[in-house]
Amino acid sequence: MSAKHGTAYTMGFAAAVCLVCSIFVCLSAVALKDRQDHNKKLDEQKNVLKAAGLLAPDEEVTAAKVAELYKSIEALVIDVKTGKVVEGVDPTSLDMRAALADKDLSYKAPENAAKVLRIPSQAVVYKVLENGAPAMIILPVNGKGLWSTLYGFLALDVDTTTVRGVSFYEHGETPGLGGEIENPKWTALWKGRKVFDGNFTPAFKVIKGAAGTPEADPHAVDGLSGATLTGNGVTALVNFWIGENGFGPFLEDIRKGGK
Amino acid sequence: MASKTKEILLDPLFDNNPIAGQVLGICSALAVTTQMNSSFVMAIALTVVTGFSGLSVSLIRNYIPANIRIIVQLTIIASLVIITDQILKAFVFDVSKQLSVFVGLIITNCIVMGRAEAFAMQRKPFESFIDGIGNGFGYSFFLILTGFVRELTGSGRIFGIQLLPLASEGGWYTPNGLMVLAPGAFFVIGLSIWALRTWKPQLKEEE
Repeated sequence: MSAKHGTAYTMGFAAAVCLVCSIFVCLSAVALKDRQDHNKKLDEQKNVLKAAGLLAPDEEVTAAKVAELYKSIEALVIDVKTGKVVEGVDPTSLDMRAALADKDLSYKAPENAAKVLRIPSQAVVYKVLENGAPAMIILPVNGKGLWSTLYGFLALDVDTTTVRGVSFYEHGETPGLGGEIENPKWTALWKGRKVFDGNFTPAFKVIKGAAGTPEADPHAVDGLSGATLTGNGVTALVNFWIGENGFGPFLEDIRKGGK
Repeated sequence: MASKTKEILLDPLFDNNPIAGQVLGICSALAVTTQMNSSFVMAIALTVVTGFSGLSVSLIRNYIPANIRIIVQLTIIASLVIITDQILKAFVFDVSKQLSVFVGLIITNCIVMGRAEAFAMQRKPFESFIDGIGNGFGYSFFLILTGFVRELTGSGRIFGIQLLPLASEGGWYTPNGLMVLAPGAFFVIGLSIWALRTWKPQLKEEE
């Protein structure tokens, strides 16, 4: 090992190491960004399709197939507070993540169980068309699990209460425990459940243990063993986003037969 | 020289295995071994990082001021880990989603730091690189073994392909849920440490 060095040498050495390392990190981040963004977008589209049940959970598909299937999906930009569709904004131009970090594009959320901190002023929701008529609405949802923020899509029937599908595409929960929210066997249990009660108050719940059939237990979904806190997070985020501070106004408009 | 290189490469595989011999790197071994797929990618990622961190640390070993050597090693390892993570995100997006935080946690993996400090600081770059790769293989061997046992017994699958038909889907195999959880990995790793130390008694600590 080297002899004792002076302070100036040590500082200089530290600076040089940092500089060289940061150059390598920057190069890799910049060079791979396009590919990563492409993967992310494809993944998001795949998740919209999975939530809509147009894509089997384990299906391996090519980018071309995704683009083909994605044609039946119409993206809408809505004003979250009023629930009205905003015309003239290109849905692909909206980056929800970026909006949440921008004071002008989002606002502070009231205190809530899902620990959602900010709500975007404008959000992209999706309508799935079957034979030209809207059949489902897909809402982007997010909220805190145990370790991380969960991001997903919730597909509801046009009655706005029956779940047609769900898909979580990003989270940092423990693989094998909370990470099981991605498991298609679990998300399959959501189908046919109702997120609202008779008065259209959010009533969805991930319970401990097993829930009955959708007919017997319309508002409950089986808990994931070893992941109670992730389950609680899921309960809170679904109820938040379908509620009055989330997409409630938009869903109400749909129930009234508006667009 | 050739036989020495071979020794550096193969020694960590069984005789001085980082997981079974030194019981290092257990945290990630518990977390990512529920499936072969994620075990495999994690094993490759760690092997690459240990190899290159050994190489880079060794290259500048004579210039590193002794009082900041640990943080310098850490900076190099952290940069390598970030680059690895970026590459995984760009090329195997689905697996990188599963591995989530654990790729980042390679930074804190005791094997990488341990080899940089204990070996690469004294040895030539090539030897350090081989040593890193060797230790990576030692880790990989146990990771993949554990992944194999856990995925097969926990979900009846290997690489996501259903080998044992599940009882819930009309087959005969009832999966052992414990194996999917972290304790399952403790059992598998514990049993393999026992097996390895029975085979190689010199690994046993003195009473």
